[in-house]
Amino acid sequence: MDWTLTTNAPGKTVLMQGNEAIVRGAVESGIHFAASYPGSPSSQILGMLGKIAKERNFYAQWATNEICAFQACLGTSFAGARSICIVKQNGLLCIGDALFCAAQHGIKGGVVVVTSDDPSAHSSTNEFDSRHMALSASIPMLEPTDMQEAKDMVPYAFEISERTKQVVIIRLTTRVCHGRGSVALGPLPEVQRKLDVVDEWDRMVCVSFRHQVMLDTLEAVRDLFEESPYNHYTGPEHPEKLIVAGGTGCLYTKEALHLLGDPADVGLLQLGTIWPLPEKMLLEKLRTAKSVLAVEEVDPFLEDAILKLAGREHLDLQVFGRNEGTINRVNELDPDHVLPAVSAFTGLPMPPRQKTSDVPLLTRDLNFCAGCPHRATFFVLKQAMRREKVPGVVVGDIGCYYMAGSEAGQYGWQVNNCMGSGINVAEGLGQLSAYGMDQPVVTMCGDSTFFHTVLPGLCNASYHNSNMLLIVLDNSATAMTGFQPHPGTGLTAMGDEVKPMSIRAICEAMNCTVEEADPFEIEETTDLLSGLMKRPGLKVLIMKQPCATLMAKSRTEKVTVWVDQDKCLGDGCGCDRFCSRVWGCPGNSWDFKAGKAVIDPVSCVGCGVCAKLCPQGAIQVKKEARV
Amino acid sequence: MKQLMYDPLNIVICGIGGQGNVLAAELVASAMNDLEYRVAEGETYGAAQRGGSVMSHVRVSADTDLGVLIPAGEAHFIIGFEPLETLRIARRYANPETKIIYDPRPVYPQSVLRGRTVYPDLDDLKAEIASLCSKAIEVPAADIALECGDSRAANIALLGAFSCLEGAPLNTKELEETIAQRFKGAVLALNQKVFAMGCEAAKR
Repeated sequence: MDWTLTTNAPGKTVLMQGNEAIVRGAVESGIHFAASYPGSPSSQILGMLGKIAKERNFYAQWATNEICAFQACLGTSFAGARSICIVKQNGLLCIGDALFCAAQHGIKGGVVVVTSDDPSAHSSTNEFDSRHMALSASIPMLEPTDMQEAKDMVPYAFEISERTKQVVIIRLTTRVCHGRGSVALGPLPEVQRKLDVVDEWDRMVCVSFRHQVMLDTLEAVRDLFEESPYNHYTGPEHPEKLIVAGGTGCLYTKEALHLLGDPADVGLLQLGTIWPLPEKMLLEKLRTAKSVLAVEEVDPFLEDAILKLAGREHLDLQVFGRNEGTINRVNELDPDHVLPAVSAFTGLPMPPRQKTSDVPLLTRDLNFCAGCPHRATFFVLKQAMRREKVPGVVVGDIGCYYMAGSEAGQYGWQVNNCMGSGINVAEGLGQLSAYGMDQPVVTMCGDSTFFHTVLPGLCNASYHNSNMLLIVLDNSATAMTGFQPHPGTGLTAMGDEVKPMSIRAICEAMNCTVEEADPFEIEETTDLLSGLMKRPGLKVLIMKQPCATLMAKSRTEKVTVWVDQDKCLGDGCGCDRFCSRVWGCPGNSWDFKAGKAVIDPVSCVGCGVCAKLCPQGAIQVKKEARV
Repeated sequence: MKQLMYDPLNIVICGIGGQGNVLAAELVASAMNDLEYRVAEGETYGAAQRGGSVMSHVRVSADTDLGVLIPAGEAHFIIGFEPLETLRIARRYANPETKIIYDPRPVYPQSVLRGRTVYPDLDDLKAEIASLCSKAIEVPAADIALECGDSRAANIALLGAFSCLEGAPLNTKELEETIAQRFKGAVLALNQKVFAMGCEAAKR
């Protein structure tokens, strides 16, 4: 809802997603510049900023990768602009070098980095705790408890950033990004902040003598954080039992205490300023406490900090948390982990619950969407591999095709490191052919990943003529995170049309052998792929077929797919239920009563590929003009 | 502001990625926000790719700010798009007072279609769902939506049924207004038809 982002209605309460709250906070801060590369759970932030950028007179960019995004923010800061960079946890690691250098050279206009951690790795390959980056880079970090704080912390972060000339990070987690809550709006700035004229003698340089300055800045921020409105204490003045909570842990703890009867003897310290910690405030409560429970997302960051303080101050204190084991060490916090932990910590009994069966229920594996071109690509790849005397090695990468490592993609790849890694891992393997490894080496990347981090790797692999094949899965979108534009699409975040870059032309300029294919042309593409794997040197195969979700949206005709029940021979066919068992598209279902294939009309998007593969030709496709 | 039957009032909406679960939750949450309640909503859409289990939590209170996730056993209403998913959620979140609305149409997991596992007996699923709550109502939401011309409207059929439940925080009129604000033209007409049919199905 765009109006909630740009309406000047201070005090009005609206329902906002955490990601929307960050957008609103950025608008209330009067930003000049925003840049990001998409990454769940915070992908929506820049998309929304891009839509309202022209109306609010700032610039918003989907950058080619996170490093471009963050360093562009530093550039605008040099002219006094306020800028915001949005990354997910892995993106924060990507900008590591730039972040550590920025911490040392400092900034001019406010720079705020919003990072989203994904506890339980709902849409990630791994869990990561961004707080370690703040600690090691000596950069201040804030963490909101709810959507209201997510909004309010953005202008606060800019204020801290400009007062101390330091970058400030706001750490979000998935439940804040994707959750919704009631948010009271603040005022929008009436006049845009003026930019500075860059003076001939202005400097922003990372040099080692700035190390002490950086450490002094951190102490200055700590003093500010001692008085921060985002740290709250409730409970007895001198608690014996103290819970210290950050982020989502705060509300889960409050509810757990409520369900346990609101014990009067337990103190709750909610910390919004995560780094540097307000030590005076923390110590005041720790000095009287006998036991402390830390409730926090991902790693025992607060728990360790409390242990360190207790050691330094010689406090007789028992510390509980994720490392000690009262709370789950891996996966996200939720009320069902926090409630038993608070119950154990306080000694209060758990509320009763009805008994339920413990017979396990079937779980659901992830699958490519109906009509997804990746399903066809990995089927083709498996077919081509089966033709080889010795099986080849397949190296994966990060995108929707990550799922190809499972049954959904014929267990299609064997190695996966991080985004943009496939080309480099394969390059190394490809160099072993001179030393006795004669297996074909194949890797892949999506079109957005190609621009993000594959370019330097391809440059390296081509220059050193590694024996390998790179398949570019060109579905014309950054599909996994919600169809953000990239340099191959010809669109920008602000909706401007620009000249798109050709992946083929880039590969050719890097002296690669390039072919293009349509993964939906199963036989032809299998032959082409098979031939390419046998050729020495570096080859690139661009698989062109748009993302099924995009295709279904843009299609003008109505397509109906069904199974001719007379033609389908069921289990008597000998195809081993190819459509539902091997092909495995959600549109291909099975009628267990009739023992025949059926199309699930709810899932099917009408790509028609299964009709080409059915050995009996039983799957029918009808196309008609949409009314 | 009407007094809520429970405070906080907790609703779980569960199904499979791509079924319109998140939109249904958002419609309920924003309608409650417009009525000036404090609202918290949590969506699990890591499995947004089709095929994974997904759920949304909607929590409403007169004055308390809540976490976005509902504690186990604390759901007052469960809206399910599929029987196996409804049972999964009922086991974790239902209590003897919970009311459940669900579509009994199974959507087979890939492991079932690929022949590695067998889908549970539908009657057993229904019986176990009924045993975990005060009332379980079956609504053929996907069939209603398909009949009206677009399977994606199954979520609106379930919301229609939900609005007819005793103790629901939003009545039929209030949810109809929310839908009228959100959609336009042919989509609105389709959703209004589906909504009314969902409501009828719940009354039967």
